[in-house]
Amino acid sequence: MSLAIATDGTTQRNWLEKLGAGHVILGVALVLYPLVASDFFLTQIGGYSLIFGMLGLSLMLLAGYGGMVSLAQITVAGISAYAIAILGNNNSNILGFGWPWWLAVPFAVLAAAVASALIGWISVRTEGIYTIMITLAIATATYYFAQQNYAIFNGHSGYAGIRAPAFWGIGWRDAKPFYYLCLGLAVLSYAAVLYGSRSTFGMTLQAIRDNPRRMRALGYHVTAHKVFAWLLSGVIAGLAGVLLVWFNGRVSPGTIGVDAAIDVLIIAVIGGLRHPIGPFLGALVVVLMQTFAIDIVGAERFNTLIGMVFLIIVFVSPDGILGLWGRIKPHLAQESLRPGP
Amino acid sequence: MQPPVTESLAANRLQSTGAYALELDGVARRFGALVALSGITMRIAAGERRAVLGSNGAGKTTLFNAVTGDFMPTSGRIRFFGEDITDLPPHERIRRGLRRTYQISQLFKGLSVLDSIFLACRGVSRRRFSLLRPAASDVNMAQAESILNAVHLDTYRDTLVATLSHGQQRQLEIALALAGAPRFILFDEPAAGLSPTERRDLVAILNALPKHIGYIIIEHDLDVALRVSEYVSMMHNGRLFKEGTPREIEADPEVQEIYLGGKHG
Ligand SMILES: Nc1ncnc2c1ncn2[C@@H]1O[C@H](COP(=O)(O)OP(=O)(O)OP(=O)(O)O)[C@@H](O)[C@H]1O
Ligand SMILES: [Mg+2]
Repeated sequence: MSLAIATDGTTQRNWLEKLGAGHVILGVALVLYPLVASDFFLTQIGGYSLIFGMLGLSLMLLAGYGGMVSLAQITVAGISAYAIAILGNNNSNILGFGWPWWLAVPFAVLAAAVASALIGWISVRTEGIYTIMITLAIATATYYFAQQNYAIFNGHSGYAGIRAPAFWGIGWRDAKPFYYLCLGLAVLSYAAVLYGSRSTFGMTLQAIRDNPRRMRALGYHVTAHKVFAWLLSGVIAGLAGVLLVWFNGRVSPGTIGVDAAIDVLIIAVIGGLRHPIGPFLGALVVVLMQTFAIDIVGAERFNTLIGMVFLIIVFVSPDGILGLWGRIKPHLAQESLRPGP
Repeated sequence: MQPPVTESLAANRLQSTGAYALELDGVARRFGALVALSGITMRIAAGERRAVLGSNGAGKTTLFNAVTGDFMPTSGRIRFFGEDITDLPPHERIRRGLRRTYQISQLFKGLSVLDSIFLACRGVSRRRFSLLRPAASDVNMAQAESILNAVHLDTYRDTLVATLSHGQQRQLEIALALAGAPRFILFDEPAAGLSPTERRDLVAILNALPKHIGYIIIEHDLDVALRVSEYVSMMHNGRLFKEGTPREIEADPEVQEIYLGGKHG
């Protein structure tokens, strides 16, 4: 389930070979992207794709490796976004403890991870479509709760005036720094998931997806492993939530609505759930479409368009863009991005 | 039909080892109105190797499911090496040294053969939640490699489980049960569907197991049962109805009528 590093062990290779040509080319391109991109392309396309790619990745971890499809990833991200607004500063004259970012961020991510584990703990009793339904119910309930609760969530207006921190003489909401911040966290999450897929825990998760009964008969506490996967997924979604609230400067129930929840699912499915690169490809496609297709076809028909693209990709290749790539690749005969088995 | 009280062999064993591996007291299991298992009382000494025979639907697999906790018994008590495990979840029973194989292979399609066996070894060790990749020198990896050799799957080390042949999948079933220092193993028809060569390999593997490891093997073929076990229990309609040495069972007229005269004869 990994790129060119799939065959580890006996043959000694240096780190560059282990990294794989695909990773190196992609990495260089992403680092050099700001040289050619305008501020708009850096943040609205680049940053936004990376943030939603991380959200898709948090779902890919659960669904691709664990077989658990969640619609509550945006809810988890929303919890860390709200936590940043509440623990740090906002201009809504409610709460806002004024904590520095280096204290607020770990707490926000922790809150997201714990919330995710809780959602996981509630939903691991279910399987397949029922997991989707129960997480949708949780996402919807959280949305309405945030809308109607003023003491914590400040009702339907939410929080505004949230600023990304400035340190080391850099304002992290400026286009270039923000892009690199997103890139850094996205690469970190991506590398962690890719490495982790071959870790003991990563293997247990895939084995539980394939056959939970046998895993019990090998001594594994299946529920505990699933909940731990939700916790890890919550860390990634929580980080994405922090970036999202710094990017938007505000968070409201609209941020965590059902539309957004379904967007994350669409991103993951369009991209492909077999490899952690998939969600980032999916995010790029969806963000590009959201940015440009709206101008062309208008907001009314936009959802129809997204739906059509979704159907076509899933119809042509059930494994999303990754699956398409897997078919084209043999013709290119190139040793780079190869979807896992 | 009352279950007979032929526990002499178990009693003999008990004197040398001092413990029962498995004690069942009145174990029963119902599926709705269907009584799949009723009043099963049996004692199996540590290190004992027992065969369980019975026609289709006799309740043999249900007996295994009750012991491992895959399906909890409706009533009765189960003790494993003296400890009452009736209310323990499956994974807790496994961590105490109980293992099983499945009649219908239960494997991990998306994993390689070696990784599957590695997980079987890791399941009863610590570091089940490790976020690190296991090093080649990892103790569980080394155990996995040696089990791989023992079941003759070494040439399929990195093969995806989904692509293995039926016979190879049956070998892997056994490998998973051998991992992680088992004390007692339940084999559910491991020989079913194997070629004569694979059967010979299976008999060799079972006979090569360390003497302290006891097992129950469900086996339709009396010839195989004879070669891998010293004592036989017969099941019929969810009950234990006869116990004895393979020779005694083979010669028993009642057994012949009910079982050997049937389609498995
Ligand atoms: N999960 C289940 N739900 C309902 N009925 C079941 C279930 N499992 C087993 N049974 C029934 O319980 C009875 C005993 O089944 P069991 O699988 O234990 O038989 P067996 O002795 O293993 O037979 P075989 O030789 O075919 O494997 C059968 O009548 C079967 O239909
Ligand atoms: Mg059976």
